[in-house]
Amino acid sequence: MSNSSTIIDQVQQVNGGEAGATSGAFPNTSVQTSDSPILQIRDFNVQAGDTRILKDIHLDIPKGKITVLLGPSGCGKTTLLKCLNRLSDLHPSLKVKGQILIDGEDIFHPTQDLTTIRQKMGLLSQRPFPLPMSIYKNIAYGLKIKGIRDKKVVKEKVEKHLRDVGLWEEVKDRLHGPAARLSIGQQQRLCLARGLAVGPEIILADEPTSALDPISSRKIEEEFLRLKEDYTLIVVTHILRQAKRLADHIVFMYFGEIIEQGTPDEIFNHPKSDILKQYLQSGH
Amino acid sequence: MAALQRLILPAKLTDRLSTGWLNFAVLFLILLPLVIGAGLVIKSLPLLEQASIGTMLHSAEFSPQQGHFGFYAFIMGSVWVTLLSFVLSAPVCLLAAIYLTEYSPQWLTQSMYFVIDVLAGIPSVVYGVWGVLVIVPLLADYVAPALGLTTTGYCLLSGGIVLAIMAVPYMLNMLMEVFRSVPIELKEASLSLGATYWETIKWVVLKKGLTGIIAALSLGISKALGETIAVLMVVGNVAKVPKSVFDAAYPLPALIANNYGDMMSVPLYDSALMFAALLLFVIILVFNSITSFFLYRIKEQ
Ligand SMILES: Nc1ncnc2c1ncn2[C@@H]1O[C@H](COP(=O)(O)OP(=O)(O)OP(=O)(O)O)[C@@H](O)[C@H]1O
Ligand SMILES: [Mg+2]
Repeated sequence: MSNSSTIIDQVQQVNGGEAGATSGAFPNTSVQTSDSPILQIRDFNVQAGDTRILKDIHLDIPKGKITVLLGPSGCGKTTLLKCLNRLSDLHPSLKVKGQILIDGEDIFHPTQDLTTIRQKMGLLSQRPFPLPMSIYKNIAYGLKIKGIRDKKVVKEKVEKHLRDVGLWEEVKDRLHGPAARLSIGQQQRLCLARGLAVGPEIILADEPTSALDPISSRKIEEEFLRLKEDYTLIVVTHILRQAKRLADHIVFMYFGEIIEQGTPDEIFNHPKSDILKQYLQSGH
Repeated sequence: MAALQRLILPAKLTDRLSTGWLNFAVLFLILLPLVIGAGLVIKSLPLLEQASIGTMLHSAEFSPQQGHFGFYAFIMGSVWVTLLSFVLSAPVCLLAAIYLTEYSPQWLTQSMYFVIDVLAGIPSVVYGVWGVLVIVPLLADYVAPALGLTTTGYCLLSGGIVLAIMAVPYMLNMLMEVFRSVPIELKEASLSLGATYWETIKWVVLKKGLTGIIAALSLGISKALGETIAVLMVVGNVAKVPKSVFDAAYPLPALIANNYGDMMSVPLYDSALMFAALLLFVIILVFNSITSFFLYRIKEQ
């Protein structure tokens, strides 16, 4: 739990054995070493009772890139995402050990301000969960929490973020209607806009398109590619093609461990471990 | 082909038959209140022919021997004792339900479910006896003197307290169900926007559960309006409009239960009791219509 490992780890390639081979074969692809990572996960363990859900996770998330988490069901992807904004706190059964550093600060430090941490991360879940209020208020909600109550500012921001996700034209005439009346695809984009309004640095997306039709999925994907100009994204997906389209960096997990990571080319065309090869074959 | 049809036809037939039965059952249940209401109206007709509804509702003078049938005191007795029990129980139940579903450790919630089941299973006459033995002397000997007042203890407040306690298991159980049914992902969404847990409950959970909360609270009120025996034992049963919570009152159900079968020789007396029942029925009907309307409005939003 000490802070001493922080700086030393910063430039270090991830996951021991695989690392050497990675940089050897593709010298220009080690994204996470080129600039300082926005998130550093160190010796991170999560346990529920006797089962270890995450085992010694050591991972750097590159800034301004899309990192995709891949892995079979139950390997701990969602758990990892939830730890990043401490939603893991909602489950007292989960025992967390290790560090996650954002801008050098430990997310799990006891004195850490939860609100600040969570506002740095926008969350997009598997299915959209609009707040039980109007479209307008869904977006104004985060602003209200941040203490922004000036009606004009709020109004401008609502419009801006709805435009950001391409929803403005579709909803501008029913801003004060209930958000639950939107289609699922629209709701998911609303949830994205709602997260953006808080001004996060990182967007966490847990299978964000799994409940959506192909067209809505594409819209979200396009949105992600645009968003990485200003944000860092971490996306969990089971759709390998989506991973290919989106990822700058891919992390493959299996039973709570990181087995392999690298660029899409490394992961899809030159997988090293047998587990990953099998996973890719059984996939798509 | 023919064999196939023979196989299908019986299936269709049973299908028809069973939907027929289902429709009949539903129709029967829908008609039930109408049947009860109609019965009450017919039985109160003799009184309605003699006295005007206006005077019966406004006058507080109830002396059947003299032919005065004023129900105002009884209506007020019912309304006040119900309101009082609501004011005493609803806030406590609401806060307890929030605490038990959102904050408390698992074992406490589980033991609370046990307590709820026990409370709901106790017959109302036991609540009444307990009220007579505990609440009535408590109010008469300690609470009222401390406030510089006198009371026999058989009063509105005793009725309100006993009713409040009786309503707790029903309201609490339903409210806890309401809060538990709010999806955790919704809370996560609010928390991930930086809201504190309390803000999340205040702005999201309560809002999401609003229809359920209203339904739960109105169930509590309906229970209180109709409860008879326990109230009757502690509320004093004096046909006067109560002026304070330490005054005795006489709610409608108590009037009916105390007098039905007695004094039937007095002209129009049984009809008057039926009219009291009709009043109670109408109050409950109006009350439920109002809550249904609110629920509808909320769902429309
Ligand atoms: N609160 C909890 N208590 C106990 N075990 C848990 C808890 N949350 C998750 N787990 C367990 O942790 C493991 C990882 O779950 P997680 O949801 O992170 O998997 P996942 O990789 O997201 O899977 P999927 O692709 O199906 O969404 C599972 O075996 C799950 O049962
Ligand atoms: Mg998952």
